[in-house]
Amino acid sequence: MSSSTPRLVRTAQSDPVPPAADRADPTGPADAAGPTTPRTTPNENGDPGRTGTRARPDVAGRLFAMTATGAGATILVVLAAVAVFLVLRAWPAMTASAEELSEGIQWFPEGQTLLGFVGPLIFGTVLAAVIALVIAVPLAVGIALFTSHYAPRRIASGLGYVVDLLAAIPSVVYGLWGVVWLAPRLYPVWTWLADNLGWIPLFAGPASQPPRTVMTVGVVLAVMILPIITAVSREVFLQTPRLHEEAALALGATRWEMVRMAVLPFGRSGLISASMLGLGRALGETMAVLMILSPGFTYAFELLQAGRHQTIAANIANQFPEANPLGVSTLIATGLALFVITLAVNMAARWVVSRRKDFSGAN
Amino acid sequence: MKIDRLSRPATVVAIGALSLTLAACGSDNAVGGATASGSPDTEEVSTLSGQLEGAGASSQESAMQAWIAGFQSSNPDVSVAYDPVGSGGGRTQFLEGGTQFAGSDAALDEEELAQAAERCVSGEAAELPLYISPIAVIFSLEGIDSLNMSPATIAGIFDQKITTWNAPEIAAENPDVELPDQPITPVNRSDESGTTENFTEYLSATAPEAWPHEPSGDWPVSGGQSAQGTSGVVQTVTDGDGTIGYADASKAGSLGTVAVKVGEAYVPYSPEAAAAVVDASPRAEGRPDSSLVVELDRTTTADGAYPLVLVSYSLACTEYDDPADAELVKAFLGYVASEEGQTAAAEAAGAAPISDALRAEVEAVVESIA
Amino acid sequence: MATAAPTTPAPGTGNASTRALLTTADTRRRLTDRAMTVVVSLAFAIALVPLISLAWTVVSNGIGRLSPYFLTVSMRGVFGGMDAGGIYHAIVGTVLVTGAAAVISVPIGIMAAVYLVEYGRGPLARAVTFFVDVMTGIPSIVAGLFAYALFAVFFGPGVRFGLVGAVALSVLMIPVVVRSCEEMLRLVPNELREASYALGVPKWLTVVKVVLRTAVGGIVTGVMLAVARVIGETAPLLVTVGVIDSINTNVFEGRMMTLPVYVFRQYAQGLVPCTEGATDCIATVNIDRAWAAALTLILIVMALNLLARLVARWFAPKAGH
Repeated sequence: MSSSTPRLVRTAQSDPVPPAADRADPTGPADAAGPTTPRTTPNENGDPGRTGTRARPDVAGRLFAMTATGAGATILVVLAAVAVFLVLRAWPAMTASAEELSEGIQWFPEGQTLLGFVGPLIFGTVLAAVIALVIAVPLAVGIALFTSHYAPRRIASGLGYVVDLLAAIPSVVYGLWGVVWLAPRLYPVWTWLADNLGWIPLFAGPASQPPRTVMTVGVVLAVMILPIITAVSREVFLQTPRLHEEAALALGATRWEMVRMAVLPFGRSGLISASMLGLGRALGETMAVLMILSPGFTYAFELLQAGRHQTIAANIANQFPEANPLGVSTLIATGLALFVITLAVNMAARWVVSRRKDFSGAN
Repeated sequence: MKIDRLSRPATVVAIGALSLTLAACGSDNAVGGATASGSPDTEEVSTLSGQLEGAGASSQESAMQAWIAGFQSSNPDVSVAYDPVGSGGGRTQFLEGGTQFAGSDAALDEEELAQAAERCVSGEAAELPLYISPIAVIFSLEGIDSLNMSPATIAGIFDQKITTWNAPEIAAENPDVELPDQPITPVNRSDESGTTENFTEYLSATAPEAWPHEPSGDWPVSGGQSAQGTSGVVQTVTDGDGTIGYADASKAGSLGTVAVKVGEAYVPYSPEAAAAVVDASPRAEGRPDSSLVVELDRTTTADGAYPLVLVSYSLACTEYDDPADAELVKAFLGYVASEEGQTAAAEAAGAAPISDALRAEVEAVVESIA
Repeated sequence: MATAAPTTPAPGTGNASTRALLTTADTRRRLTDRAMTVVVSLAFAIALVPLISLAWTVVSNGIGRLSPYFLTVSMRGVFGGMDAGGIYHAIVGTVLVTGAAAVISVPIGIMAAVYLVEYGRGPLARAVTFFVDVMTGIPSIVAGLFAYALFAVFFGPGVRFGLVGAVALSVLMIPVVVRSCEEMLRLVPNELREASYALGVPKWLTVVKVVLRTAVGGIVTGVMLAVARVIGETAPLLVTVGVIDSINTNVFEGRMMTLPVYVFRQYAQGLVPCTEGATDCIATVNIDRAWAAALTLILIVMALNLLARLVARWFAPKAGH
């Protein structure tokens, strides 16, 4: 699955294409990673149709170019259409007064405005995603390092594939697994946390039982985003200039010191964008949250208590079936909020990557 | 690689095609053998054919599957589909003409009745209480299968006022049971549902002091455990220890259940007890004749009645644009109301069969569909 | 290593000690190195825990029901605790809906990639590159809501049919296809393009006959991985395609069942009330079916992944072509 993960950090291929000069290319990452720099050289990018033997305008060529451009533009159109249709459908809820909303929708909290309703949902969504990230990122860095720098070269890519397998599992199966297998096994851990670290507000007890809490959800989400973060960071780590690594080793650095001094600084911004990507996934995850979390609409930081948090995506899936037209509209408005948040996160990730291009460790 | 470059895509396509061909031997005949041997009386050839679509309450899903199966086995040319989108969605789709019938946990409100009058040509909406199902109060406590509780106690527990299992309120009603000193974790539905609506309606009717909330399809108390759907609640109650929830009785499985206080006696849930309360309840006033809406008498003290029930309606029109639709709906609802249909639902979904008196009323309405 | 000198040798005491200083790390550093090796390996081991437990849970729960019968019949006429019913209708639905999604997104994706690699210039190309990446982050439920909102405008609010789901999945699939195709096209050596131009072949023919043909393996792989990515989506299909218990092969009309939704619905139906002593009634049959369908779904996704990798290997550029 590694190649199905969107390459924020555009690199040479891991699997589908032979690892041609991945690590041997000394000039490698700086220019290979440039997302907007085509590999083609400038001169032959000029339209060869014009320089060719034919003088008359090439109709087929023009048609083809237009089709291609049209397809490119379609992407922008689709994205715009997503935004437009969501706004269109959400409009009745966005313009309705607080009374209309709580009159018309059973589950709408009394006397709240739409913003007041979306607020805790956004909080819950971000909270769950951040927990997932806090758990997944260190783990993913470890796994990526293991497959890129620690495991024997021969089995490394095979081991990488093992982690990628996690990405092949549909989210509804994660939900089933989380409810049936994981949650009961996490309960003792959460009780222990609440008993021993309960003085930290985050872990204030008593731990709910069954543990249908945002913390459990965070763990499941962490497992779900692990393969994406791992795949991207592995690619970045593999990009570390060979010379940097060898220089570090030549100075007497141990393997860990080499990793700390050469690999991690080089991969930092790639890691950040990988995490952002994982964050984007975790924000939008629906089924696993729907099946595991006991929802509640508060701004609570007690991670081990059930009935405090809910995510936007799970709330949509939960209330959509029974919702009346105004309810659907309200849910779509929350979906719009989710859309905006994920857009912002992804744009931030892109921004980090584009900065990396200019100030990457390779320069 | 000696394989020619062009032949490689061909190989891929061939493999794909092959796997598709291999898979293309599936059928809709999942229970073929059973129908052929099980019902020799399909000899009387059914002349009905066509497609019937319905949508609505997910509470009826299991029963509806049984009805559809039974109906289709005696009318092999008819295809019936039921999409458990939820009561609200079911009503909307029905009123907009997207489906020919709907299942709904709640009766149509006035606005919807007016819409129905438009949708049903010159007829009216038919609302038939064909799915009656007891709601069980389920709990998970080691070594205890059954507890007695009055409505006020149940309300106190679910309002998070009674918080331990050995609280005096519970102990007083269960003198023979050794109750553990354990916190109570109430579990409710997180999605809007007819089950919640009926449960809160029951609590606010029978224990108005202990239950200060309005009846609502959405759970009014926040901060407890909750889960999506009946199976989510059952799963949550099962996973926990000291948990208590409410769910469609047929899904209670091996969990402990509460016998609720009716009058002076404690009545455990049973289909018969649920049917009894429906019979003892009056019809709602001021609705069309074809609308058999039951105003459940939650405070009944009738002997052996279990007033914590969910009545789910089948919605249809008394007149359709297309006479073929009318004929299909008539035949299908006729089957659903019949003794055979009600027994099928009882076996598949633990529903309470409707009484003969109610059946007579329903059949009169079904006959009028044209 | 025997000279792991705890004492710091004075500078300039000769070759041997300099060498010792360079080749040996002091104990603390060496221990840190060891510790980090353990930590890093441990991270990998931890990642295996969910993988193995997932695999074990799904296989052990699902294998019992999985049989040719289960794969080749639908749920039509199945109710209660009947020991019957299968997932054929769901497989058909999944294949058709994802197939339709592929039909929509593959041409758009490939052409957009061609645009980016061969034609893209200026602000439009930059915008497309940027927004393709942004689009990969659209939450699946939002894609579902979009498709629902789009079709609800034309067909009214109760709209449910295969194509709606296919549109939702395309929104998720297009960026993935663009991304992988773009990478494949960029890997096509420029010498090939130049050789073609030198023969007087116009640009568009070069793209079709040389560039795309050279990259076809990578593109097929990319498409398959994109399909594998969306085939397990549940949430968008839940709000767009609906459920049905019979086979429906028409994506333009009527609800369809799909595998992920089937898993969810079967789980949601929960336990079946069985009367005491009933022989043909399994109380947990719905949950068993959910696990078996989940197992099937995972097997399909893995098969697609594996096939994609095989295809990639077959088509991998060989030296000297």
